[in-house]
Amino acid sequence: MINFQYLRTTTAKSAIALLVKDKNAKFLAGGTNLIDLMKRGVTAPEKLIDINHVPLKQIEQIGNKIHIGALASNSAVADHALIKEKLPLLSWALQAGASAQLRNVATVGGNMMQRTRCGYFYDTEMPCNKRQPGTGCGAMEGFNRMHAIFGTSEKCIAVHPSDMCVALIALDAEVILANAKGERKIPFKDFHRLAGDTPQLDNNLKVDEMIIRLEIPVSNLAKNYHYLKVRDRASYAFALVSVAAAFEISNNKITDVRLAMGGVAHKPWRLTASENFLKGKEATLTNFEQAAQLAMKDAKGFGGNDFKLKLAPNTIIEALNLAKSKA
Amino acid sequence: MEKRILKDDNDRVDGILKVTGQAKYFAEYELPGLTYGVLVTSTITKGKITALDTKAAEKAPGVIAVISHLNKPSAPAYEQEGGPQMKIFYTDKIFYNGQPIAIVVANTFERATHAASLVKASYAKEEFNTDFEKALKDPKAKKLQGQADYKRGIENAYKTAEVKLEERYFLPIETHNPMELHGIIADWRPNNQLTVYAKTQGVKATQGTIANVFKIPMENIQVNSEFVGGGFGMALRTWPLEIATVMASKHIGKPVKVVITRMQMFTMVGNRPAAIQTIGLGANKDGKLTGITHRAYGETSTYENFTEGVVNMAKFMYQCDNVNTTYAIVPVDLGVPIWMRGPGEATGAFALESAIDEMAHALDMDPLDFRIKNDPETDQQKNKPFSSKNIKEAYKIGAEKIGWSNRKNKPGSLVEGPWQTGYGVSIGVFNANRGKASVKGILKADGSLLLQSATSDIGPGTGTGMTLIANKLMKIPVNKITFELGDSSLPPAPSQGGSATLSTVGSAVNDVCVALNSAIAELAANSNMDATANFIDVLKKNNLPQIEVTKESQGGKERDSYSMYSFSIHFVQVKVHSLTGVVKVSKIVSVGDSGTIVSPKTARSQMLGGAVGGIGMALTEESIIDHRYGRYINNNFADYHVPVNADVPEIDVNFINKPDPYINPMGAKGMGEIALIGFSAAVANAVFNATGKRIRTLPITPDKILA
Repeated sequence: MINFQYLRTTTAKSAIALLVKDKNAKFLAGGTNLIDLMKRGVTAPEKLIDINHVPLKQIEQIGNKIHIGALASNSAVADHALIKEKLPLLSWALQAGASAQLRNVATVGGNMMQRTRCGYFYDTEMPCNKRQPGTGCGAMEGFNRMHAIFGTSEKCIAVHPSDMCVALIALDAEVILANAKGERKIPFKDFHRLAGDTPQLDNNLKVDEMIIRLEIPVSNLAKNYHYLKVRDRASYAFALVSVAAAFEISNNKITDVRLAMGGVAHKPWRLTASENFLKGKEATLTNFEQAAQLAMKDAKGFGGNDFKLKLAPNTIIEALNLAKSKA
Repeated sequence: MEKRILKDDNDRVDGILKVTGQAKYFAEYELPGLTYGVLVTSTITKGKITALDTKAAEKAPGVIAVISHLNKPSAPAYEQEGGPQMKIFYTDKIFYNGQPIAIVVANTFERATHAASLVKASYAKEEFNTDFEKALKDPKAKKLQGQADYKRGIENAYKTAEVKLEERYFLPIETHNPMELHGIIADWRPNNQLTVYAKTQGVKATQGTIANVFKIPMENIQVNSEFVGGGFGMALRTWPLEIATVMASKHIGKPVKVVITRMQMFTMVGNRPAAIQTIGLGANKDGKLTGITHRAYGETSTYENFTEGVVNMAKFMYQCDNVNTTYAIVPVDLGVPIWMRGPGEATGAFALESAIDEMAHALDMDPLDFRIKNDPETDQQKNKPFSSKNIKEAYKIGAEKIGWSNRKNKPGSLVEGPWQTGYGVSIGVFNANRGKASVKGILKADGSLLLQSATSDIGPGTGTGMTLIANKLMKIPVNKITFELGDSSLPPAPSQGGSATLSTVGSAVNDVCVALNSAIAELAANSNMDATANFIDVLKKNNLPQIEVTKESQGGKERDSYSMYSFSIHFVQVKVHSLTGVVKVSKIVSVGDSGTIVSPKTARSQMLGGAVGGIGMALTEESIIDHRYGRYINNNFADYHVPVNADVPEIDVNFINKPDPYINPMGAKGMGEIALIGFSAAVANAVFNATGKRIRTLPITPDKILA
């Protein structure tokens, strides 16, 4: 750990201005991950810009979209009446994450920015291409029970640990980012990256940008939905595999369906092929099973996580079953 | 609505202090001039330190000293030959990854932490092995006898039995992980006077160890440890990090506080060692056991041997004429293990109690019937009667409460959607000990009784138990009785371990109370008062502000005549998800058979804690090492999974509560260990009953169910 400067600001504009001044500066929101990373020596920012007082905590409906400020706490979003009514999948996913204490301080923006929980990433005495490019991947031939089965690279098989993000990618959220010049909007699915040749980069946020808010379209997915998280204990554990499932049924046919997985890739993993298969079909176990099989194309295990090749499709089937039985 | 706390006489005497933050733990003592130590640890697994660059650390703000093998402060015992191999700061050898190699002392904790990160070590690395299974397979690797081989009747009789089985069981390393981090405050003053605030299960043991290393009289050392935030065995010895702290205080002449990190809890204060066990069982077709063979291997370190009672239970727990056991320890390049709740018996019980269930299945018998059929009348190992044993009654109570009649003997029979339900049972047993302890009692004319003993309370409620023993014998209200402990200047008592405190110290409390009652009766008679006169009146009439008695107490010949054990029966119901492999313990009934229950509330709490620890052992806990580096992967509370509330169903605790006629005046046997011993097997047996899958490697995580 090195000495660092602590700054506090109250507007997004001044926060961005402080950020661009120093490439070793980082925003501090809930700090539930960043402080751990600093304690372990994984990251050592010279400046921490506390943005907790920036007024970005809104949760509101504007037109057909729900806006969530980047600094709304995980628990505020999960417990908000509007979210529970119109985006219950998001509420469920949030409640499956971390612990009540952590959710009270963790923010939406911070949740998106959290780093992987790969043990090699956190131990500065072991190799990790994400922490220190070029040192190798400790997990590839090491302990990889928690690791990715989709979209892996030779450099990194870490997974993104978030539950919230799995629901957000399923719900077609958009992210509003800002720099000193103005704002830009990107689809949530383009926010996080695969490891590829640059495992040190988790996402496409530019160094001069700040996450401002999310916009999530209101859809008819508040009836048949489920967030199923399979983990080693019933609470406060990262997902082995998680599945966000939601669909709309009209005249006995699935008219809209969303499926995404967590704990399986370097980013939240949308199951587009499975969705396409289910659209227009009946919500039957046979169709669910086929959809689950389609999701597993190109899946690859690394030994310790081979069980996910079975667990993942099973979890998809069970999440769809539970979403169906919710009606 | 107004909420009221309804107090009753069985309440934990320090409950209010604990829940209101008034109970003071070692790290909370603020001494004048207190300094802070942070340990620097090795980043290699085996070899030698070739250079240690401490310059940057020494120059860092607030740093007072950096202490290592380069400037080893005087510790006379370490200057001599012999003694422990791993003499902290007296060796440049590295025995395991995470071994403390230096301590940085500064005027704040943060500055010490920062400066510790500036110490740079260079090493000459050597080849190492931290993989227990690999060592076991390697014919060149050392295997040391851990316990004398045992044989009764024919060796390996199971092999020729009508029905036989032979299976292997694997346990990973478990780490105690009490909530309170380990550490110590040491205040070395002129003339070799030392005060320490410790996290210890034995203030006298800590006092003795420090006296021995620094060669100063015991009387010069005052050890305080009034409250301990969980020990589970890891505070049963004085660790090198504690010696390092004392060295640092002696070196700088100021009090030094060390509180280690959660990560260091995995490498500096021991663990439950990994174990690989083979059980061979033979039975005739009628379901009588004809042969039991238990062979166990346990992990130990290269610099110190650690053994425990892994194969004890096989020798007497079932009626069987042919029993043989072996137990060996296998050194690997890791820190030395230490007893963890239930210690080796919990390790052994997982294997034996799983195998018993497997045999019942092989015989197509209800495992409960099989157990009852083979329940021993006497201890065949010691060839003595049991002092008391009510196992059959315990089986009956537990079976009724769990709803055993709903169980189907054919696995996988109870299915509801994706969930499969199963029932399991197991037994736990642990030696009912009684050691030697002294207690001083001061009976005062103000109506109060003060009891003192240098025992400890790591959580079970020692003060509460002792208070209730005195309350019963002297008819003094509990709020007028104070029991003082955790102070090395008090009359001596052994460390709190092996479920012996209530039996050992409680007996001395009993003897003190009996003596005080006689003293009062004598005073009453001498002053022409009625024999039933109140002690306050008797003391006042005799112008005595108080009387005091000190008694040493220990067991006698009864231990030669009887075999003394505490027993527990664990019943669990589990639900297993057939698609995701998730196992939920949905119902628990534990029945304790440990003599008289002296303190019903704290006894119940022991059983609750044991069941929670048992869920951890069965389903979630495992310390994972990357053997390429010899370093832990999951050394934090997010990744090392102790059970959370959501994993724990309602626990139905029952006690037989019949006095043991021989063990001690209370008729009470210890129960801290039996609360956990055997529990993991009950879960594994229930999982088998639910699914037909026999999991012989703990913990039972979803991947193992799906495999």
